[in-house]
Amino acid sequence: MSRDTLLRVTGVGKRFGGLQALTDVNLAITRGHIHGLIGPNGAGKTTCFNVITGLYQPDSGHFELAGKPYSPTAPHAVASAGIARTFQNIRLFGDMSALENVMVGRHVRTHQGVLGAIFRHPAARSEEAQIVAHAEALLEFVGIAHLAQRTARHLSYGDQRRVEIARALATEPLLLALDEPAAGMNATEKSELRDLLTRIRDRGISLLLIEHDVKLMMGLCDRITVLDYGKVIAEGAPVEVQQNPAVIAAYLGVEAA
Amino acid sequence: MNTRYSLLRIVLFSLLLLVFPVVASHFGNSWVRIIDIALLYIMLALGLNIVVGFAGLLDLGYIAFFAIGAYLAGLLASPQFAVIVESLQMEYPAAGDWLLQLAGETVAAQGIHWSVWVIIPLAALIAGIFGALLGAPTLKLRGDYLAIVTLGFGEIIRIFMNNLNGPVNITNGPQGINLIDPVRIGGLSLSGEAGSGGVVHLGAWSVPSVNAYYYLFLLLCILIVFISQRLQHSRLGRAWIAIREDEIAAKAMGIHVRNVKLLAFAMGAAFGGVAGAMFGAFQGFISPESFTLTESIAVLAMVVLGGIGHVPGVILGAVLLAALPEILRHTVEPVQTALFGHIWIEAEVLRQLLYGLALVLIMLARPAGLWPSPRQEDRPLPASDTQAGGA
Amino acid sequence: MDILAQQLINGLVLGAMYALVALGYTMVYGVLNLINFAHGDVLMIGAMVGWSLLQAIQYLSPELPGFLALMLAIAGAIPVCVIVSVLIERVAYRRLRDAPRLAPLITAIGISILLQTLAMMIWGRNPLPFPQVLPSDPLHVMGALITPTQVLLLLLAAAAMIGLSLLVERTRMGRAMRAVAENPRIAALMGVNANRVIVFTFAIGAALAAVAGVMWGANYASAQFAMGFTPGLKAFSAAVLGGIGNIYGAMLGGILLGLIESLGAGYIGDLTAGVLGSHYQDIFAFIVLILVLTLRPSGIMGERVADRS
Repeated sequence: MSRDTLLRVTGVGKRFGGLQALTDVNLAITRGHIHGLIGPNGAGKTTCFNVITGLYQPDSGHFELAGKPYSPTAPHAVASAGIARTFQNIRLFGDMSALENVMVGRHVRTHQGVLGAIFRHPAARSEEAQIVAHAEALLEFVGIAHLAQRTARHLSYGDQRRVEIARALATEPLLLALDEPAAGMNATEKSELRDLLTRIRDRGISLLLIEHDVKLMMGLCDRITVLDYGKVIAEGAPVEVQQNPAVIAAYLGVEAA
Repeated sequence: MNTRYSLLRIVLFSLLLLVFPVVASHFGNSWVRIIDIALLYIMLALGLNIVVGFAGLLDLGYIAFFAIGAYLAGLLASPQFAVIVESLQMEYPAAGDWLLQLAGETVAAQGIHWSVWVIIPLAALIAGIFGALLGAPTLKLRGDYLAIVTLGFGEIIRIFMNNLNGPVNITNGPQGINLIDPVRIGGLSLSGEAGSGGVVHLGAWSVPSVNAYYYLFLLLCILIVFISQRLQHSRLGRAWIAIREDEIAAKAMGIHVRNVKLLAFAMGAAFGGVAGAMFGAFQGFISPESFTLTESIAVLAMVVLGGIGHVPGVILGAVLLAALPEILRHTVEPVQTALFGHIWIEAEVLRQLLYGLALVLIMLARPAGLWPSPRQEDRPLPASDTQAGGA
Repeated sequence: MDILAQQLINGLVLGAMYALVALGYTMVYGVLNLINFAHGDVLMIGAMVGWSLLQAIQYLSPELPGFLALMLAIAGAIPVCVIVSVLIERVAYRRLRDAPRLAPLITAIGISILLQTLAMMIWGRNPLPFPQVLPSDPLHVMGALITPTQVLLLLLAAAAMIGLSLLVERTRMGRAMRAVAENPRIAALMGVNANRVIVFTFAIGAALAAVAGVMWGANYASAQFAMGFTPGLKAFSAAVLGGIGNIYGAMLGGILLGLIESLGAGYIGDLTAGVLGSHYQDIFAFIVLILVLTLRPSGIMGERVADRS
């Protein structure tokens, strides 16, 4: 209940046909933390993620961001409230340049419409200039300013990931949610990613992270929630979670007697 | 150096555009008339380009907005209103009398004859509203379902236009509306005064009516091109393209997809409405036959053939497919008669064949169109089926 | 009451034809996730070929009983329609299986135009009077009239639908069709030749459309190059109504839509106090389509689509 809690979700339930994907899931992310979400395959991590970010409608649950309840009924409202996300299978706007992708991220914080587009009055032009500047700065921040004009679908996987992160940052989120950002990366890339995520956290943005790379998670996260079969089975600092017998059993199966 | 050459090219091209009707007039009115119609098609294609090209929404009922603009001109710039009043008086005398009171004796006798400067913005507005209305039910639908539903709407509108001649005669049904006012600029009619043989006299100059309309339509086209380009390279344009590329990611980035799609429908429809009003004024006569599904598909073919999303390509597609039937009529038929003694394939049939082939071959061989954007951004290749719903 | 019975009969007849064509749409959608926009024109080809065959039969053996002549015409129309449909799949759709969704649809539109234009070139622009080979005296059933042609139509439609369900439920090919509709990749892993199944699906759909086409021509005594388009759209609406991808849905949807259209056209004058007349009949199918897709996209028999993005 501290005012340091940025995201609080309680009692989340989600059912797909005959499958109860999530049961009574509670999650609390402290401001300034990097919070990890782990669990064996099929545990419901991405489902939970998608519910929090508004892509799936939950059957039950209460959602609060920065003390204010939000309704995860529409992804665009969630972005507006302050949660941005990346996707497991990178979803860039393939035919736009890297810069334009990030510029789209500014959409939710800007407002010029049809008239501004057609007439380009001073306010519109100034907003557009700001959008470009902001996007360029973000590309610089993630380290690919030199690729600004490159078409997104032609970028390397690692660079695409960076563009996606920059684009999410452009929405000025309070919470950045990343779905398996390290998938398909080698050790060097993972290390660079960890640095980037730390720098993001240092900017005051909290992070929610799904990852399979346990070592990465242990080194990076301040707290970890563990899901199994749609239920939370453990929550705490990485060291605690690592030693939790329920967690070990979930990953490795119960040891034969 | 490069900009100097492009500037030169632009100047030359502009000169060509300006001088064309003067030169073509020496060969009679028909070539300029063909280009006049082509210009209207360019407006339509550019309007559809916003919906299909920018936002990626396959609207197969687009011609409905052309119809709305045309019928607006038909109702507000012709004697038709008098017919409506009379018909209403016959069927529902109380309502008829009320309308008579409201409109006044002159209008009830001669119809409404508003100026083109009122009708153009009104056509844009009303068509735009209809665009949003007809787009609204389709927002959650997947690509092909959206296409079929919009097709259905287009057909529904055509059927209404065709049948709203009873019990009260509003649209005059299959016979269409006649005697639509030509465009009047400062008292000068672009169709020429009665008895002038379709020639406009301005002081010492006399200009064929089709030429006068040419310059008007050219101006409108340039305006629409300008607006298209401005829209494309703006926050709104980026939002449209984002939705086209990946709707889910667009939503996650805070784009209010519903409203942005409605805007696409509305803007596209508005252009269609303006073109329709001009069509009505130009021809002086409209009927539901001009607003069939075939026409919707023709405009789609222009957008697809030219280069979806790329304004210059769309213009090229429109010119090719609009001018084509007439070129065919002037070449293919005489050639066949000369070679074979009679016509095997009429120009009309050939046109249909070519439309069909164009759509199929372009999709199979060159889906980006004849003149796609050199800049990758404008070339739509939506990565995957990202929309939920629609079964 | 008599009017009601008549409208019901008319609706049933219309619905039977819609059902036959809807099956083609739904089966192709089931295996390919594609709306075969050109399918309505296959019905037209069936009618036109049937017309030509009937002309030939009447010329060559005028004493042949009408029923046999009609069956021969159908038997001749079927292979033509099958070839056309299979060709379309092979030449156009197959190449575009992985293309963005708009591409196959636009191609299908182009093919529809081509089919209509070719038909116009072969059979001319004007409607052709379809030979009435069956006796035209109507029978009296429950206070309504039904012609022998319509009776034959209902019988053929019923036979076709029963035959199709047997095919789908009991035969190997039917199982393969269902497997590919469920999950093409797994089906392939199980040894199913997806391409062959797809071709077969197109073929069956075309055969049904051929039957519908010939009987449509016989029922309305007319055939023309543009005749397939509107029925095609309506049949598609019927397939959506019943639940696209579901064979029984297509049958149900077809019959339902026929009834809705017939009853609607019959009573619309009364319902709207004369403002709208029966020539608004065509919009019913579109309204049904829009309502279904807006309110219950999975249709009557479709599965509730889960809230997945």
